[in-house]
Amino acid sequence: MKRSKAMELGVGLFMLAGILGLVFLGLRVSGMTLTSGDTFRLEANFANIGSLKPRARVTMAGVTVGRVSAIELDTEWYDARVVMELDSDLEGELSRDTTAAILTAGLLGEQYVGLSMGGDPEMLVEGDTIRDTQSAVVLEELIQQFVSNMISD
Amino acid sequence: MIDSIRRLGRFGCNALESFGRAGGFLFLSAFAVPSREGFGLWLRQMHFVGVLSLAIVLVSGLFIGMVLALQGYTILVDFGAEQALGQMVALSLLRELAPVVAALLFAGRAGSALTAEIGLMKATEQLSSMEMIGVDPLRRVVAPRLWAGFVALPLLTVGFSVVGIWGGYLVGVEWLGGFEGSYWGNMQSSVEFLDDVGNGMIKSMVFAVVVTWIAVFQGYDLIPTSEGISRATTRTVVYSSLAVLGLDFVLTAIMFGGLS
Repeated sequence: MKRSKAMELGVGLFMLAGILGLVFLGLRVSGMTLTSGDTFRLEANFANIGSLKPRARVTMAGVTVGRVSAIELDTEWYDARVVMELDSDLEGELSRDTTAAILTAGLLGEQYVGLSMGGDPEMLVEGDTIRDTQSAVVLEELIQQFVSNMISD
Repeated sequence: MIDSIRRLGRFGCNALESFGRAGGFLFLSAFAVPSREGFGLWLRQMHFVGVLSLAIVLVSGLFIGMVLALQGYTILVDFGAEQALGQMVALSLLRELAPVVAALLFAGRAGSALTAEIGLMKATEQLSSMEMIGVDPLRRVVAPRLWAGFVALPLLTVGFSVVGIWGGYLVGVEWLGGFEGSYWGNMQSSVEFLDDVGNGMIKSMVFAVVVTWIAVFQGYDLIPTSEGISRATTRTVVYSSLAVLGLDFVLTAIMFGGLS
């Protein structure tokens, strides 16, 4: 009977360690936050998204405030519609003329969306579209511009 | 000519028959109504296949994480991308190495022991004696071992990943001097809980079922002689390893390969 109790304790500790390990993988390794949950949706149309991918970060002043949830082709204007999910704290806090730009982390790093505030007193709400956007910088286009400038000089 | 075709046919029939036996065996024992002392039996097996496998699995995990970080760092540093070390270690452990290596170790450490134990019970006619006194050996002997394996391997896989990631941290950050913030930060931004951790867990559950099933069935189905036991034990390790590696490719192709 006594040995069986020690065994029970061992198995219990083992299972507890497994569950704690899973929690560690969730919180520390995949960076989930327990308070994540409420988000609100914004859309933005870009002429060119470069290599932006779903799940890319959305930042404001460098602080991550959300993620890109979907990217699709808008067949009305033939540009890219980027759907973003932002922390619900920001709902009603972003002015209507907020601008969105696709930026690159480092020279060759991943691309992400950077938001910057405008001054309009009216605020964006769930499902609104950001009008003022700036496309991704495509390296080839830059080089092309540079070369054609050199030739015309 | 006819003879060789007949031999092929016999091989096919035998293979199919043993698959059928193994399937029926799994179904009958895994879904057997648990007996009153079932929980105690399960606990005893959990202790044997889970708790006692912990040491070998954790130590292997530590070394695999460390060697991944060491190799990864020396290659990534050439490209000035040593910040991506955490991402590399975590993704390769969670998606592939932890489920596969833990399952292989489990097959060697616990699977072979299960086969030998049940095989010896059969050889010494303990199983038939149980039937004689009206105890169903599937319920009494096999079911607790199956369920213990099903539960223990995913838990061991989690332990393997955690220790491996910590081992990678130890080498990449503490010894080689990578930046701690980018180790965890890049890891957190690239690892997705459901896609990476979740799929790794699904893999290890599949492997748990396959490895335990093979081990227990080989023990139950062997020829009850000392040679039969040794052959069955070997077969357990060989079949489990092949099944794990083959299934891993199939599961990876389904989960991450973009095949649809």
